Amino acid sequence: MRAVTTSILRLDGVTRTVELPDGAALDILRGVDLEVSVGDHVSIVGRSGSGKTTLLNLLGLLDKPTSGSIYFDGVSTDSLSSRSRDRTRGRHVGFIFQQFNLLAGRTALENVVTPLLYASGKQFWRREKLALEMLDRVGLGHRARSMPETLSGGEQQRVAIARALVRGPRLILADEPTGALDIETGATVMALLDDVAEQSGAALITITHDINVAALARRHYRLDRGVLSALAELGGAALGAAPGIASVVSPPAALLPSSAPKELAR
Amino acid sequence: MSVWSSLVGSVVEAAQELRIHRTRVLLSLIGVAVAVCAISSVVGLGAIAEQAMREQNEKNGGRAATLYASAYSSDGAVLDMVDVSAAFDAAATRYSIDYTSRNAYAQQSVQYADGTSVVDTTLVDIDYGTMHRVDVTEGSWFTDLDTRRLAPALVINSTVYQRLGSPDLSTHPTLQLNADTDVVGVIVGVTHRAYEEGYESMYILADAYTAVASPEALSQVSPNYELWVPEDASAELVPLLQRDIASALGEGVQVDVNRQDYGAYGEQDFFGPIRLLVGGVAALVLLLGALGLVNISLVTVRQRVREIGIRRSFGATAGRVFFAVMMESVVATLVAGVFGVAAAVAIVQNPTVQGWIGQGGITDTPAFPLDAAVLGLLAATAVGALAGLLPALVAVRVRVIDAIRF
Repeated sequence: MRAVTTSILRLDGVTRTVELPDGAALDILRGVDLEVSVGDHVSIVGRSGSGKTTLLNLLGLLDKPTSGSIYFDGVSTDSLSSRSRDRTRGRHVGFIFQQFNLLAGRTALENVVTPLLYASGKQFWRREKLALEMLDRVGLGHRARSMPETLSGGEQQRVAIARALVRGPRLILADEPTGALDIETGATVMALLDDVAEQSGAALITITHDINVAALARRHYRLDRGVLSALAELGGAALGAAPGIASVVSPPAALLPSSAPKELAR
Repeated sequence: MSVWSSLVGSVVEAAQELRIHRTRVLLSLIGVAVAVCAISSVVGLGAIAEQAMREQNEKNGGRAATLYASAYSSDGAVLDMVDVSAAFDAAATRYSIDYTSRNAYAQQSVQYADGTSVVDTTLVDIDYGTMHRVDVTEGSWFTDLDTRRLAPALVINSTVYQRLGSPDLSTHPTLQLNADTDVVGVIVGVTHRAYEEGYESMYILADAYTAVASPEALSQVSPNYELWVPEDASAELVPLLQRDIASALGEGVQVDVNRQDYGAYGEQDFFGPIRLLVGGVAALVLLLGALGLVNISLVTVRQRVREIGIRRSFGATAGRVFFAVMMESVVATLVAGVFGVAAAVAIVQNPTVQGWIGQGGITDTPAFPLDAAVLGLLAATAVGALAGLLPALVAVRVRVIDAIRF
């Protein structure tokens, strides 16, 4: 267990239950414990339907757990107002999505500026400069005025990384960050993400199907039927083993299409 | 987050949204612009119609407020017009009333080339032209120079003018008054009023008339006096003038002063019903525009769910999303409002339209009413806020991750 002072995010016995239309309760997450500290790189692998979206919602302070607690910077988020959660998310969490989700019709620069529109002080007033610097860092300074549709998939994801990191978040949530990229581009993008995250001292949580992407993390978790378990080791013979065993993860990336079926909405 | 950066941020966001979605925005705003144009035009044209009606009333009863003073002796004896005029003038001077005119009627026989005729003659002073908005279509109304003429100046109506063969006024045509006395008047102006067709009338300066009229004719004239006074002072002035003129004329003379312009009849607001009608039509037009806008906004906000989700994930609070969607709607409708008002100004200030609404009876065309412009802009903003409310509520309820993952 790390010291509380360096902990950014801590999930303590978190469960999430939804009520089905017939009145029955469905447990989506069960007793999830997770702690992420400064500089951590954690991967969470899991099949479709394992509860990844729900976990992502909770990690990004977009949803509240049914029971258990989530601490951000050692402070329980249970009692935070939705406004405070939004603010905390804006200030400290950066999202990277599978489909890049760049805003259409805006240039790369405008996309990177977007999170800074919700900032204040220097970050707000110097937003263009900060955004340009960030684009430079991901090697796209020369494409600042380009529209997303004129960029390649890898470039779009790099813009998305710049956007996620421009406010200097302490936690980066990458949801299938290479899901829409070919293997080679995915590897380059992940290397960049890992590098930039490390430089900024942010913790990185990658949720992925892709074992190669997961392999870049220093700590590995597996989500299966709502239960999060740590993996001592990733890859090798463990990959193909039956579910339910702690060291088992989803099939290797090579067996999965690059655009894996989307998780069912819950 | 400071209020200032939050506000600027919202405006930047809204402006960006408008730029990106300009086609959609343009489409939805055409409806608003048309509605605002309609509401401003209707109010603006209403002002012209009101002015036309007012001017018509002013031609008859004088401008607001015109006081009408008359004097007559209790025993039926003839009052000397000079004495009465002096008493009236003294009273007007005492209260610094600038516009005054005698107003009396006489029957004047005139000699045409083809026979004599009796013409209804109004005895006036120079100010009468302004006070009653007399339309002079040829020549001009009386001026100070006309008071010095030896031959009385005349402003005749178009019927008399036609009977004279419509002579060129620069040739100083004359009209022989009093067939038996050889007094000749010089025609200086011609008036035209549509309803006077076939009816002979003319104006003559009261002093000139007293100089040339026979004592019998003068004894038939009951001298009345008109004073154009500030509307808010009129009620106060009535008893004061009555008292002063009566005391100047001495015992046995009855003096009446009362208000005679259109404002004297209207209990509250003479043009109230017109405004009500115009306002009702304008409100309906705007309501239809607003419904169209709400419709389009609701449909489009659903297409923007993903974008809203993305913004939420980057820290946009629910309030901020609400405000941004609202602001977008308000900013857009305000711009549409400006265009609508501009179009309304173009329509209302168009001479053809003005002629049509005013029936050609307007001398003082009102400027585009400021309240019509302000009303148009306010209405646009209100419509924008109302039309933005529903979509903004929808936007706030977006479930972020669900919106993004689809």
